[in-house]
Amino acid sequence: MMASFPLLSAVLLAPIAAAVLLCFISPKAVQSVRVISAAAMTVALALTLFAFFSYDLSVGGMQFTEDVPWIHDLGVHYSLGVDGISLPMLLLTELIGLASVFASWRIEKRPKEFYILLLILIAGVTGTFIARDLFIFLLCYEVVVIPIYIMVIIWGSTKRVTKEYSAMKLTIYLLMGSAFMLVGVVALYLQAFPPELRTFDMDTLAMAAQMGNFSEEFQIFAFFLLLLGFGSLLSMFPFHSWSPDGYAGAPTAVSMIHAGVLKKIGGDGLIRLGLLVLPLGAKFWAPLIAGLAIINVMYAAYIALAQKDLKYVIGYSSVSHMGYVLLGFAALNVVSISGAVANMVAHGVMSALFFAMIGNVYEKTHMRSVTELRGLAHQMPRASVGFMLAGMASLGLPGLIGFIPEFTIFVGSFSVYPVFAVIAISGIIFTALYTLRMLAKVLFGPRDSYFDKYTDARGVEMMPLVILGIALVGFGVFPQLLMGVVGTGVEPLLPLLDSIKDAPTVLGGIG
Amino acid sequence: MFQQFALEHAWLIPLLPAISFVIIGMLIRSYGKASAALAVLMSLISFCLAVGVATGVVDYGITVEAPFVQKVSWLHVGSLELAMGVLVDPLTAMMLIVVTTVSLLVQIYSVGYMKGDPGYGRFFAYLSLFAASMLGLVLAVNFLQMYVFWELVGLCSYLLIGFYYYKVSAREAAKKAFITTRVGDFGLLLGILLLQINFGTLDFLELGQIIPMYIASAGTGMLTFIALLIFIGPIGKSGQFPLHVWLPDAMEGPTPVSALIHAATMVVAGVYLVGRAYFLFSQLPTVMSVIAWLGAFTAFFAASIAFTQHAIKRILAYSTVSQLGYMMLALGVGSLTASFFHLMTHAFFKALLFLCAGAVMHAMHDEADIFKMRGLRHKMPVTFVCMTIGVLAIAGIPPFAGFFSKDAILAAAAEVSMPLYIMATLTAFMTAFYMSRLLFVTFFGMPADERTYSHAHETGWFMRLPLIVLAGLAVISGLWGHEFGFGEWVRFGMPVEEGIDPVIAISSTVLSIIAIMAAWHIYVTKPYLSDTMAEKTGVLYKLSFNKFYIDEIYACLIKYVVDGTAKVLYWFDVNIVDGIINMLAAIVGGISRRLGKLENGQAQSYAAVFICGVIVLAAYGFFYSQRILAVLGGAL
Repeated sequence: MMASFPLLSAVLLAPIAAAVLLCFISPKAVQSVRVISAAAMTVALALTLFAFFSYDLSVGGMQFTEDVPWIHDLGVHYSLGVDGISLPMLLLTELIGLASVFASWRIEKRPKEFYILLLILIAGVTGTFIARDLFIFLLCYEVVVIPIYIMVIIWGSTKRVTKEYSAMKLTIYLLMGSAFMLVGVVALYLQAFPPELRTFDMDTLAMAAQMGNFSEEFQIFAFFLLLLGFGSLLSMFPFHSWSPDGYAGAPTAVSMIHAGVLKKIGGDGLIRLGLLVLPLGAKFWAPLIAGLAIINVMYAAYIALAQKDLKYVIGYSSVSHMGYVLLGFAALNVVSISGAVANMVAHGVMSALFFAMIGNVYEKTHMRSVTELRGLAHQMPRASVGFMLAGMASLGLPGLIGFIPEFTIFVGSFSVYPVFAVIAISGIIFTALYTLRMLAKVLFGPRDSYFDKYTDARGVEMMPLVILGIALVGFGVFPQLLMGVVGTGVEPLLPLLDSIKDAPTVLGGIG
Repeated sequence: MFQQFALEHAWLIPLLPAISFVIIGMLIRSYGKASAALAVLMSLISFCLAVGVATGVVDYGITVEAPFVQKVSWLHVGSLELAMGVLVDPLTAMMLIVVTTVSLLVQIYSVGYMKGDPGYGRFFAYLSLFAASMLGLVLAVNFLQMYVFWELVGLCSYLLIGFYYYKVSAREAAKKAFITTRVGDFGLLLGILLLQINFGTLDFLELGQIIPMYIASAGTGMLTFIALLIFIGPIGKSGQFPLHVWLPDAMEGPTPVSALIHAATMVVAGVYLVGRAYFLFSQLPTVMSVIAWLGAFTAFFAASIAFTQHAIKRILAYSTVSQLGYMMLALGVGSLTASFFHLMTHAFFKALLFLCAGAVMHAMHDEADIFKMRGLRHKMPVTFVCMTIGVLAIAGIPPFAGFFSKDAILAAAAEVSMPLYIMATLTAFMTAFYMSRLLFVTFFGMPADERTYSHAHETGWFMRLPLIVLAGLAVISGLWGHEFGFGEWVRFGMPVEEGIDPVIAISSTVLSIIAIMAAWHIYVTKPYLSDTMAEKTGVLYKLSFNKFYIDEIYACLIKYVVDGTAKVLYWFDVNIVDGIINMLAAIVGGISRRLGKLENGQAQSYAAVFICGVIVLAAYGFFYSQRILAVLGGAL
């Protein structure tokens, strides 16, 4: 009976319905605006949790599928579904979505408009993860760009760079990514089948790849385009600089969603589209990706050390963490890719928590620099717990969400890129260094009576900490909850990965 | 019956304190007494279970060859299988007893010591978390489980060193401890990964079977490398040179923490790890020599620093570093029994010494400098007696505990290498000297400050009881271990006969007595002598007093190398990487402004551009039509 209920559509439509409803509500009814948004996201999260726990691990593959033909001439289908890779991403989206609604509770400037845009943004991101049709995927992706631009311009903050600069940088990078993606996707669409059979369906395209419809040269070329698109979305060096600047200018909710989930569209796309459809291309560029991954890890960790603004620390830290994801992808084996997927979830949760806490402190004090904030554990013990949790997860403490994904990536990539893996692992020292320095300065030290007038996080403000904290600890103590699902998504790739084992790479030359 | 239950439910031993942590942390943190009561209660049950396990090990004849194992799958992805569980053998049993005993006693002590502290509940939450993590580490069935709890005890250490978070010194010390041990963990993690990749398992028992076969067929080359990497972890955790710098600073934490974590339990995790992985280390002669020499050097080096320190807890901290070096030395010369024997006795007498120091500082309003205390023996007789027992134990005077275990280490070292034996003996002499210096300066002589002296008082029962119990253990645990046949149970390979080598025993005892007498002479009979000696030894004294400037060297490295690189790279990112992006944006902007001018509303110019375009396209098409068709054909 459940199979007939369009669960994924409901998850997708819940925020959209709420956004539409909000349009008819008086801007003065702020509390209703908030409650409606929170309710919609609670529904979406509840449905997603149901999907997550009722996903049949023994069967695996795409589940909760829906398929309605849409544009017949182009072969576009309204086709949704989740597998072991996209389901964790979906869960991440809804977790952070709900948390970001609560984190924006005290927005004073035009809350109605803010929530409408936020809900559209969440719906857009949701769509990219559950789409099985590339057309829908691209459509949702474009939907994401618009609210972000408006939200940063209107609700953003100006520190080192102006919010206008941040907004523009974010938008241009997002669009640049989508431009490359678009070209790559169209090339795939044209190349895969003769005109009458053309389709945007990802599974069918992957089948076309197995049938040998894509030549090796084509795969190398098309993957490169996708790499530029998805890579810059994943803040791969040298396309990373939008990330710290963008987060710094964005309002809390946008930073949370952007760092938490939007970035992960890049990783999700690299795997589901890049690897599945263009395996030889993925193999060809893998050493380059691994090299850039190491630059991401170390370079960004070093720069994070030199930062004063908390949002910049987390921004660069996020770039550094994405290096691990890229390394896991580049190693191209089941263990490492599982680690990469899980690490995206892990990083999403911890960075969203970080941004929520920074936002909470900033909202009250209008400060977010390590030179200004000090000893907050005295006045804000609860927020401090949030900072500590996120920080410890970030430096890969076992028992929190970050450890197992990193460990898995290390195990998977070590035998493929031993030197790179050693460098990446040494990153755990530098991560500890910048994280602990930041925590020490902001949270600990003598009481500064200047901060006495500010209250600790309480009531609704605690919700992001509670929601994300549960995920942080839950998946940390019981990693199999997450890895089990991820495994069912990645393990079927084994034959594919085996088949490209000896394919030429950028180092080995073509043919 | 109970033993059976305890063995089968050994996983409860770490779980109970973990539950206590969660309940205190989430619910009753602000109710100090309830928090303390819960923590102590859980510790007590854990202790009882540990006793059940230990007696069960003896009664059921569970040996190192035939351990009791329970496992559950924790994670499996692709080919990677990781388990969690309990491994009970005599090593585990001994550690369980040591950890639960000291942990229970320290928690009881803390009930009195931490009274009135605003973070009372938080303190017991952290102590519970620590107990849980440490016990999880002890029971580990594989390297990964050990690493997981290894990191968690590191977290607890961080939280507890920084317990007085409003003190900048405590905050910095906590950070330093975490980062320094992180350097060690980097090596450990690498080693673990290499084991996983090469052998496909991290299970202690499985590796214990695979590795000898592997060595027989492939030699020791790679394993030596792996073992050295793994050993970096213990260097960090157990404060071996050159990663010892965090341990003395860790004394910023409350004294019960120093006793529990930074003397008796967590810092010996490195020793325990090497012992647990002895199937690997003992096969690799190169690694064994490294361990032995590094241990001996650390023992000597730390003792030479302890000579000149003034802060009571710092002296004890360097003494801990030195004693940990001793344990490593024993492992390096191939005597797991001696090492673990010393681990046990040291846990008792060093915890005792720390708790005594805590009692003294408590009475002296947190005065730490021993030269500002003096003459306390009349005011605090119980503490004085306990402290004396602790000092005699660490100095290796028979029949106190340290005598037996130190003698075992000396004997093991003498069998392998004379230089190592001499270094160890010299260290023993120095240890006896600086520990009696501490005792004499604190408890004898004329009070330095009359006002604080007159306020000094003996501590309450919560603090006194653990002292007395530990003092008792510091007296009997050596003799008991000797008589009970410690080496029959806690061993690697053949059972070890507990014999005392008369030459070694007598010579080391005589040396210790000489050292104590010398200290008495210098610090009690002729108190001015110490200053003269300090002046006479000029440079050496300064080097020792300033800890050989190792901390300063590290600070320099971090400031100039790490932070310097960070600044350079940040500059590069903003000016080069972003600079290029911004420049591209500016160029595009410029071009679009120029192009914008073309759109001037004059139909004539539009037509001109249009015609030019057509001509260009036509020309291009004419010359390159073949090629374009080919390309299109390829793409479509």
